[in-house]
Amino acid sequence: MRIESRDQFEALRKQSLEIETNRKQQVLVCCGTGCLASGSKEVAEAFADEIAKRSIDATVDLFVKSTGCHGFCERGPLVVLNPQGILYTKVKAGRVEEIVEKTLVGGEVIPGLLYKDPVSGERVEQYEEVPFYRHQVRVAMRNIGRIDPTDILDAIAQGSYSGVAKVLFEMSPHEVIGEVATSGQRGRGGAGFNTARKWQSCKDAPGERCYVLCNGDEGDPGAFKDRSIMEGDPHSVLEGMIIGAYAVQANEGWIYVRDEYPLAVVNLTIAIREARKYGLLGENIMGSGFDFDIKISRGGGAFVCGESSALMRSLEGKTGEPRAKYVHSTDKGLFDLPTVLNNVETWAGIGAIIERGGAWFASMGTERSKGTKAFSLVGKVKNTGLIELPMGTTLRHIIYDIGGGILKDRPFKAVQTGGPSGGCVPEELLDLPVDYEELTEAGSMMGSGGMIVMDDRTCMVDVSRFFLAFLEEESCGKCTPCREGLKQMLHVYGRIIAGKGQAGDLELIEKLAAGMQLGSLCELGKSAPNPVLSTLRYFRSEYEAHISDHACPAGVCRELTAFEIVEDGCDGCHLCYKACPVDAITGVVKELHVIDHEACISCGACLDVCPTDTIRTFPKHELEKAEVV
Amino acid sequence: MAETPCSDLSKAEEILGRYPQEEPALIQVLQDVHRAYNYLPCDVLERVAEALEVPLAKVFSVSTFYKAFSLEPQGDTIVKVCTGTACHIRGAGQLVEELERQLGVGPDETTEDFKFTVKTVNCVGACAMAPLVIVGEKYFGSAKPARVSKYLTEGGADEN
Repeated sequence: MRIESRDQFEALRKQSLEIETNRKQQVLVCCGTGCLASGSKEVAEAFADEIAKRSIDATVDLFVKSTGCHGFCERGPLVVLNPQGILYTKVKAGRVEEIVEKTLVGGEVIPGLLYKDPVSGERVEQYEEVPFYRHQVRVAMRNIGRIDPTDILDAIAQGSYSGVAKVLFEMSPHEVIGEVATSGQRGRGGAGFNTARKWQSCKDAPGERCYVLCNGDEGDPGAFKDRSIMEGDPHSVLEGMIIGAYAVQANEGWIYVRDEYPLAVVNLTIAIREARKYGLLGENIMGSGFDFDIKISRGGGAFVCGESSALMRSLEGKTGEPRAKYVHSTDKGLFDLPTVLNNVETWAGIGAIIERGGAWFASMGTERSKGTKAFSLVGKVKNTGLIELPMGTTLRHIIYDIGGGILKDRPFKAVQTGGPSGGCVPEELLDLPVDYEELTEAGSMMGSGGMIVMDDRTCMVDVSRFFLAFLEEESCGKCTPCREGLKQMLHVYGRIIAGKGQAGDLELIEKLAAGMQLGSLCELGKSAPNPVLSTLRYFRSEYEAHISDHACPAGVCRELTAFEIVEDGCDGCHLCYKACPVDAITGVVKELHVIDHEACISCGACLDVCPTDTIRTFPKHELEKAEVV
Repeated sequence: MAETPCSDLSKAEEILGRYPQEEPALIQVLQDVHRAYNYLPCDVLERVAEALEVPLAKVFSVSTFYKAFSLEPQGDTIVKVCTGTACHIRGAGQLVEELERQLGVGPDETTEDFKFTVKTVNCVGACAMAPLVIVGEKYFGSAKPARVSKYLTEGGADEN
């Protein structure tokens, strides 16, 4: 069982690959958090039952595999049939028998389960042909959706740990760092620091030992690439860490996982146990003489712990408060010893870089940002989910070609990138090629790859306030500019959205922002004003409408917005009546419905469900005027 | 703090036995304690402080710093509403309000019968299904206020 040499590893890989290729029929059922929520576990079980029932049928050698997240969570549960390459979406357990009968036995495609392209309206049969997948280039996510994350042999068959074998038996630590340097890979956690340079600093730093850490504390709301990687291909993370550990000669490592990602913890735990069993972790890896082991630490649910120095304090069992950055963690990190901390996606890419060469990785991307990058594309976009693309792809291509455009074909307003430290990019910058520098110049940030698409029904003042409220809650409170700055800013926003904004409020916000950027201790505080400043830069008129006209142009801010049903559009479908939480809508089926302004709480639930788009928002103060008349 | 005077410390001893008796284990120990008792009882915290040789003030500081910990007893079922950005712009706020209407408690509060504790979480990473309500272990994607009572029955039933 335990691998004692490189030959044994290669033999095991060959054997696993043979088993894999000999399977006549594979059914891949996505079991990521998204698909599980839509009932994919039941689907996988139904397939297993159906196989058991048909075991006499020798023509179909069925094999069901529960895989990690395919990324297209919104259409889940997803089922991929191989070798046919067919993708079925929104599969319910009740249809499994039909799939086995018609498609697997009968060779017939079921059109109703195929993906329907929202752009062309056509049904797409092949997984690879679905626009959401067709444009992607997967490096860090290369095995997700293809392997069963709980089966290490499946991962080995697909090439996992081959990079480990290569570095342990063919390369010196110096050569490993050299190869990563050639790739030009930069940290995928947001800041974009050069990976090889980080490793070199740690290797050069004096200290009796050093550590290798993985940052899986993906706290940016709207980002979930790290969750999907840890759940769907934990082996790629372990492989990267083993290679990194060998490069800096570390023997101990930790993966710090967010408390909100229970499935990631489960799958990583299984992966580590399996890797130890096969001698891929622990003492004398593959008989090479190199020792390295990994432990998992579950975070405590604090956003600031995604910051490197706070994460290390948390690993030490302390409160996660950052420290000033003149001390580099590569010199004095965890327990004040040299430490390499990289993001999940960074680690996941390392194995591929070693296997295929740094030059291959560097051939993708832009001048300053090499390789591919994973993004979670969410919000008001038709195809939501997880994607990986070469750096330099334009926002327009991402949102319209892969994302299929805006939900309900409403007008695009902005895309928010980089989470609470990022900003909102407006329509005029849609042709911006996405890389670290371009986003920063646009006043936003790469961050951890969250892209939240917003339409005309999103109020930019409300969104900025949302981020401020988030950060105010998550600020650790150690330094004053961040703690007090956020509080005061939130105070000003509170009065703006209530229609009580004052002349000079915007200038006051900008002044506070400058102070926070200058005086905060860590990046959380320094970057906290980004959402505010970017919306002020691109959507200032929306702020001004709130302050001087007491109106929310998007019809979101409740204290400023009233709703009414337009007479000649309403077909009396009664949906708004059912959706209203406070029974403020009256009307019977097939007749005009009316909103009672007294009872209405301006929540917008009616507008969201109206199929004919006949509910209109208008500034609340017009109601008062009408009453006076 | 109004508190039942004695917690059953045997569970705490069992947890402490699994870790090295030193400060780096503190958060892991508290996480296990929280799972075992459904909150962090004061007398258990005293025992943890003593065992790990960490000042009680420090244990308290860690207990209040991290969102995963509660010093108050929690309901049998935790109802979480994801209020991450994607859920926010797809109407998570309305879900919180609907829960408040149905259960009579807001975020971080527990119903009188200790059946439910409502919490808001900053993104569970299932943004493609936004907005989300999680009742116990069950995720409800594309959640709608009108279906909240259904979520509570379905998710709550799983717990018992």
